[in-house]
Formats: sequence, structure tokens, C-alpha cells
Amino acid sequence: MDKVLTSRNGPWIAGGILGLIAVALAHLGNPGNMGFCVACFTRDIAGALGFHRAGIVQYLRPEIPGFILGSFISSLVFREYSPRGGSSPAVRFVLGICAMFGALVFLGCPWRAYLRVAGGDWNALYGVGGLAVGVLIGIMFLWNGFSLGASGENPKAAGLVMPVISLSLLALLFIAPKFSENGPVFFSPTGPGSQHAPVIIALAGGLIVGWLAQRSRFCTVGALRDLMMMGDSHLFKGIAAFTLVAFIANYFLGNFKPGFEGQPVAHTNELWNFLGMVLSGLAFTLAGGCPGRQLIMAGEGDSDAGIFVVGMLVGAGMAHNFSAASSGAGIGAYGVHVTVIGLVFCVCVGLMFRERG
Amino acid sequence: MSDIITVNASGLSCPQPVMMTKKALSGLSSGRVEILVDTATSRSNVSRFGENKGWKVSTEELERGYKVILEK
Repeated sequence: MDKVLTSRNGPWIAGGILGLIAVALAHLGNPGNMGFCVACFTRDIAGALGFHRAGIVQYLRPEIPGFILGSFISSLVFREYSPRGGSSPAVRFVLGICAMFGALVFLGCPWRAYLRVAGGDWNALYGVGGLAVGVLIGIMFLWNGFSLGASGENPKAAGLVMPVISLSLLALLFIAPKFSENGPVFFSPTGPGSQHAPVIIALAGGLIVGWLAQRSRFCTVGALRDLMMMGDSHLFKGIAAFTLVAFIANYFLGNFKPGFEGQPVAHTNELWNFLGMVLSGLAFTLAGGCPGRQLIMAGEGDSDAGIFVVGMLVGAGMAHNFSAASSGAGIGAYGVHVTVIGLVFCVCVGLMFRERG
Repeated sequence: MSDIITVNASGLSCPQPVMMTKKALSGLSSGRVEILVDTATSRSNVSRFGENKGWKVSTEELERGYKVILEK
């Protein structure tokens, strides 16, 4: 099995299984077209911890720590656990914030963008288009010598931080403590945060996805980047299979509902669906991979990816506290502002971080 | 025999190791190019790129990371 996953067929086989797991989790209770959305679920975790107080999107999603732990276990088993870090961590932290701003203006990470298309949500086509443009801008910076610099070897224990944080989140989920009368941990009584697949199934799904993605290097941003930049379709086959299998599964489960209006956790503003994902696509490309890939690398011991994930968590809190996150009613009051600020930051990073020669 | 070209791509994020390999191979019709990378992902990416360009690929595990050897 491992030979297959690490072969040229790995991404599309893993992508197909991931698509199936995503639709199954949504069918078992996760919000519509949100089998596992890294941005939405990280946002829900931020809410559960009280980093924002949007009462309908607070839940300690076990899929996210599952991804990190699945990757961690896989990297240990296959001797790929490699603690490393030190490649412009502060910049990566802010890139994580920017990526989350863009994702919450669009309402989904790149994984969910494809899942939304597979569910018939045509608003997401603007998001996928924006993602491609964001990746393309990132490619232009890469061709001009963009680099955040090399990371170095870290002590073995350094790579344990994100897995330990993941275990702590799972402990908080199962124990569900109340730290003060009106304080966290919060669990949404209504709204998307209240919709979830059974905990053990969601955790198992997360662990399997983490393992499959670690072995196959599945990356939704790398897929577009490598295709446009090198003509290499290796990773692109992964997202093609992911979307196709999710579509087929949705179709047979009666969850394929094509159209623009009334889509689950989505709005119909074309421009900001597009621009939100331009920002996300650019931030992810500058950081070297999509949000799922950042979780996987964090599990392998990459502290730079870990700090990017923490940036996403902080960005989610900021986006909701600053009324910048969108909702089904449309974009937030400050969604435009944070998108523009994020784009300016990313362009400055793209221009200023260059290796000569 | 021509000189060995060594590319140190260790510690760099995707897709920089492949870009550096591409640059090293440009205009080169034969020879030996060694690329140093620190992760299994970069090892696979550089190996696949070399194979796609018609180079014979072998890898060596180092104390930290890998050496991908491209020969033609």
C-alpha cells in the first residue's frame, strides 16, 4: 500500500479516498460541503477556545488535530519525522493570518473550494478561479527569486510541539471543561458549529487523511502551482480525483444541488469570492503549500508550518472579532479591508524576500 | 568526464528545490548533478523532475537529508 501511495499514482489514489471521506463526514453530520475544511474547522477551534465569540462557529473539530497526529504517526513509522524550522517564522505567522482572512472572506480553504464545486455550489468556481490567480501571482514571485530562506535542523523534541497541542485539543474536546461561567470551552448550540459527525468517526477520518496526505504529499495549492509552473500534473491528479469522487458520492447520496443561491455556508458575492481566494492562494504559495499540507508538515516536525497554522488560528479569531468574516448573508463589514491589507502584505513579502543569483 | 555540479537545496520550501534543479540542468545535455535536500518530499519531487527530463536518478540517504544524483 505504501509503495502505491508514494508512487506516481499516490496523489490520485489518496485524493479519491480523501474525497470519499470528506463527503461521508458531511453526510454524517459535518456542515454542508464541509467534509473537512481546514480554514472553517480551524476557525471553529478558535471559537471553541474563546479566541472569537461568534456563537454559531465554535467547536473543537477533531479532524484538525487528527490530520497533525496522522501525519506525525506516519512520519515516525516511515522514518520521515524531521524536526526543522527557522525559515522566516514571523513572516509565516502573518502569512497564516492573511491566508485565513482570505479563506473566511470566501468561506472555505482550497480543499473546501473543490468540495463546494463537487456539491454543485457554483459560487465556489469564482473561488477556484481566484485561487488559481493567487497561485499564479505567487509563481511570478518565485520566478523572480522569492524565498523565505532555508530552514535548519531542530532538536528532536521541537517537532513534538504541534502533536502535543493536538493531543491537548482532543483532551479538551473529550473532557469539555468550563474555565469560567461565561468562558470557554464553547460548543455552539446552533449553526454550523453545532453540526458535526460523531467524534470518533471524525477523529478516525482525520487520522486517515493525515496519514494518506503525508504519504502521497497531497497538496491543493502545489497541484495548481506545479501544473502552471512546470507542466507537472502529478499533484493535480490528486485534486482532480478528490473533486470527481466527491461529486460522484454527493450525487448518489442526493447531496449534489447545483446552483448559486441557498448553498450551505456560502455567499453569492462573485468579486469577493474571487478576491478572497486570490489572497489565500498567494499566501499559501508564498508559504509553500495549502493549509492541509501545512498541517501535515507540522506533524512531520516542521515548526515553520506549525507557526503558519498558529497564524491561521489567530487570523480566524481576528477575522470574526473584526467583523471581517463572511456569512451566508454576504461579506463582513471589514472583509474588504482585511483582504486588501492581506494582499498588500503578501505582495510586499513577495517583492522583498528574494535570493540573489 | 565533466565536473560534478552540486546544488544545495536543503531546507528550502517547495518548489524551490525543483526550480534550482531545473536551473542546474538547463543547457546541460550530459553529466552528473547532485542535489542536496532535507525532506523526503523534496527528494521525490526532484527525482520525478529528473526522470521526466530523461536523467538517470539515484538517491543516497545522508546523516541529515538526502542526495539526489542525476546522471546522463
